[in-house]
Amino acid sequence: MSVEKAIRIQLNGESREFNVTAGESLLALLRRSGLTGTKRGCEDGACGSCTVIMDGAAVNACITFAFQAHEREVWTIESIGEYDDPSPLQKAMVEEAGVQCGFCIPGIVMSVKALLDEIPNPTHEQILENLDGNYCRCTGYEKIEDALHRTIAETSGEEPQWTR
Amino acid sequence: MDKVKEFKVVNKSVDKIDSMQLALGKPSFVADLVPEDALIIKMLGSPHSHARITSIDTSAAEAMPGVHCVLCHENSPRHLHLTAGQGYPEPSPYDTAVFDYKVRHVGDRVAAVAAETAEIAEAALEKIEVEYEVLEPVLSIEEALRDGSPVIHDEPDVSHPLPVPFQPEKNIVSEVGMKEGDLDHEMETADYTFDHFYETPYAQHVPIETHVSFAYLDAADRVVIVTSTQVPFHCRRIVAQALGMDVKKFRVIKPRIGGGFGSKQEMLLEDVCALMALRTRRCCFWQLTREENFRYGRTRHPINFRLRTAMTAEGVLTGIGMEAVCNTGAYGGHGLPVVGCCGSKVLPLYRWKHIDFDAKVVYTNLPVGGAYRGFGATQAYFALESQLDEMGHAIGMDPVEMRLKNHIQEGEGSPVFAALGEGKAGVEMTIGSCGLSECIKLGAEEIGWGRRTLPEEKTGRYRRGLGLATLMQGSSIPEIDMGAASIKMNEDGSFNLLFGATDLGTGADTVLAQIAAEELGTTVDMMLVYACDTDLTPFDVGAYASSTTYLSGEAVRKAAAKVKAQILGVAAEMMNKPIDELTVRDANVVAADGSEVTFSAVAVYSLYERNQFQIMDVASHITHKSPPPFSAHYVDVVVDTFTGKVKVEKYVAAIDCGTAINPKLAEGQTEGAVMNGVSYAICEEYLFDSKGRMTNANMQDYHIHSLRDKPKIKTILVPSYEDTGPFGAKSVSEISINGAAPAIGNAIFNATGARLRRFPFTPERVWRAIREQSTVPSPSPEAVLSI
Ligand code: FES
Ligand code: FES
Repeated sequence: MSVEKAIRIQLNGESREFNVTAGESLLALLRRSGLTGTKRGCEDGACGSCTVIMDGAAVNACITFAFQAHEREVWTIESIGEYDDPSPLQKAMVEEAGVQCGFCIPGIVMSVKALLDEIPNPTHEQILENLDGNYCRCTGYEKIEDALHRTIAETSGEEPQWTR
Repeated sequence: MDKVKEFKVVNKSVDKIDSMQLALGKPSFVADLVPEDALIIKMLGSPHSHARITSIDTSAAEAMPGVHCVLCHENSPRHLHLTAGQGYPEPSPYDTAVFDYKVRHVGDRVAAVAAETAEIAEAALEKIEVEYEVLEPVLSIEEALRDGSPVIHDEPDVSHPLPVPFQPEKNIVSEVGMKEGDLDHEMETADYTFDHFYETPYAQHVPIETHVSFAYLDAADRVVIVTSTQVPFHCRRIVAQALGMDVKKFRVIKPRIGGGFGSKQEMLLEDVCALMALRTRRCCFWQLTREENFRYGRTRHPINFRLRTAMTAEGVLTGIGMEAVCNTGAYGGHGLPVVGCCGSKVLPLYRWKHIDFDAKVVYTNLPVGGAYRGFGATQAYFALESQLDEMGHAIGMDPVEMRLKNHIQEGEGSPVFAALGEGKAGVEMTIGSCGLSECIKLGAEEIGWGRRTLPEEKTGRYRRGLGLATLMQGSSIPEIDMGAASIKMNEDGSFNLLFGATDLGTGADTVLAQIAAEELGTTVDMMLVYACDTDLTPFDVGAYASSTTYLSGEAVRKAAAKVKAQILGVAAEMMNKPIDELTVRDANVVAADGSEVTFSAVAVYSLYERNQFQIMDVASHITHKSPPPFSAHYVDVVVDTFTGKVKVEKYVAAIDCGTAINPKLAEGQTEGAVMNGVSYAICEEYLFDSKGRMTNANMQDYHIHSLRDKPKIKTILVPSYEDTGPFGAKSVSEISINGAAPAIGNAIFNATGARLRRFPFTPERVWRAIREQSTVPSPSPEAVLSI
């Protein structure tokens, strides 16, 4: 059996220790630790449904080894909003009907968060760049764009640089 | 039913009831709910397209520590069944075993292991020793039908539950057809005739959640299956049949589904999970990898068409002959119903007098066709709407005018409806609601059809083209499908709404809650929806055939009407007033004199005070019609004539779905279907090597469209009122996937003068068509270097 190694992750604001094997992905670690909001769609870095934020950048947890998160800060969907206090994007997604099956949504929420944390009012090209790896098969992205537009207007306090 | 057109809950865009749960990432899907100590199942897939297993040795795998069970054909029950979820008895063959001694496509089941971890299960698969007698594979429709071709289903126990022309010895799954008038004569005498071949590719749904299930034994020793399925009741029946056990042994629970689009109208994992759970007495969990999902999951059937059409010099359509040959791959699955829909959902759109429809389904050693949004209509509309464009062009008639002149209208029928059903005759029908003319006109305005020029008027490297396709679908399968719902009242005036219908991300739970709330005179937040659990919820055939809103919705409305009558009865006793003076409004019962009691007071009275009983009822619904939604799709594309790259800039979908129960969700259904259709038309295609092995079985090489690829999509909901649907509703979910391929093909023709009769419209294919067919000049060598 493969050898286990102890790592420490600053996970959703809490310092946590885990024993991981060399080949274990961050996605597998998160999901077995009860953080199932991060989804598994391809395990190939190709769908975006496993997106989490590591040291400020959106990464695909399925192609990140768990040990790579050692001594780093990881945020997952579980840290973003609750029923009584959803994030502006989650609220907009609900109200603009951007959620259909919802399997892609946590990944999209995390990708957008990473972007807006850095660039509060991005250009459309920056949004396309940012969301290029997040696939949604249900919505045709229209209502997701509606929700994004509204969120950017709300959170940046500015008129978005692109129109709906 | 009265035509209620002023609604309080229906026709309003209330928030989808599960969307906050999903946006917060709460545990909702099958893989989120699996117990921590579950065994992990992994499957050994066939490396060959066609082979007989001559020996299989699982002893080394079984001996590995951590391995709990290995299944293969030697130790599993053999009861041939159909994996496709359909009405029973099904119009499709029993040609599948839990594990077979023969494999019929790459990725087909050979064996499966349940082990403590995925790593152990995978290591165990490598220890299974299989010897194959490799057989000649059948890799195309032509090969399947060739005399002396290898027989794919030569097992003696293969059978068909219905009397249809099933000829496995010829690789023919079924045939279906109809005749009306005299097409051959019409083809000889008409002013204009057309005769062309069209092909459609292998493609897949690619839901972001792959197939996933787990099963365990409960304390009473029954098998509980938690699974991502569109058809929980069919799944329960099929698992029982496949394992040779009683239906009562199984309970199927469907939590949230991570997208289906038809792929999950199939029992693909549940029999193995159940059998593993029975053998190991442990919870057993199986999720397909993305690669397995491509190889072993279902696909859209590739269909080849020959289309003959006739018309007068004035552009009146008179005759159509459609020959369709459908490749269902290694198992019969949904082949016959799919190819039937090439006729039944497509031919009635125009008023043909002479109709020949002739369709066949064949086996090949390629991946298995399944149900996929659009269900045969998608493929057939590519042929029909492309050819219609060509017909208009031949006589200089605008495609808009051509369609307005010929499409079916309210009050009209079609001989096709009565002729084509599912494995039997269909049901006669006249169209009760049709807003297609309106769709065509509004869509033309939105896309700016007036600026359309002819191919010969364009110049330059980048050429803009506009294209149109018009469409219809159906709403449920008449006199076959049934949906049922129950409603129970609680003391705070809330209601438990239970039904067997399955929301696969579409918003069906919300739409059905709106229907119930409207009928009961309350609000959506007072409806507690639970679906679906075969132990608790009433039967429903499941999410397919565009049936949930129209069919299950009417079951819900009927159940709500019955519960409302009980509420009024209790209130009459409480208020000492005649029942016919009472109505419901805003969660109150209101009398003619203005006095009222709250729903909560009614419920408390009925549960605790006098003549106590549970206010509760159940209703079922079948339909005698399948009223079509109608739609007009317009696209604006730019073709780079140097490279053949097609960019779809704008897409307009104008749709008549009757009353939109939830307009934003109806738009979402339309936009999602449109985008899936555009992706299918532009880039999606299974590629195979010479042995029939898919070479692009991952999401990098099988590209689906991302946000970057999205055109500007404009949905226009055109209201009509369908008397037979709940509050005037028809279906909305499937129709809009049918338009992209023909509309984009027509726009490419409009841009370049090149007609493509096969898609996806990849740069290479478009570039070739331009070079071969049109007068668009080739770029100069300097220009090529600058690309
Ligand atoms: S699961 Fe990680 S990108 Fe798809
Ligand atoms: S909502 Fe289903 S994949 Fe995006």
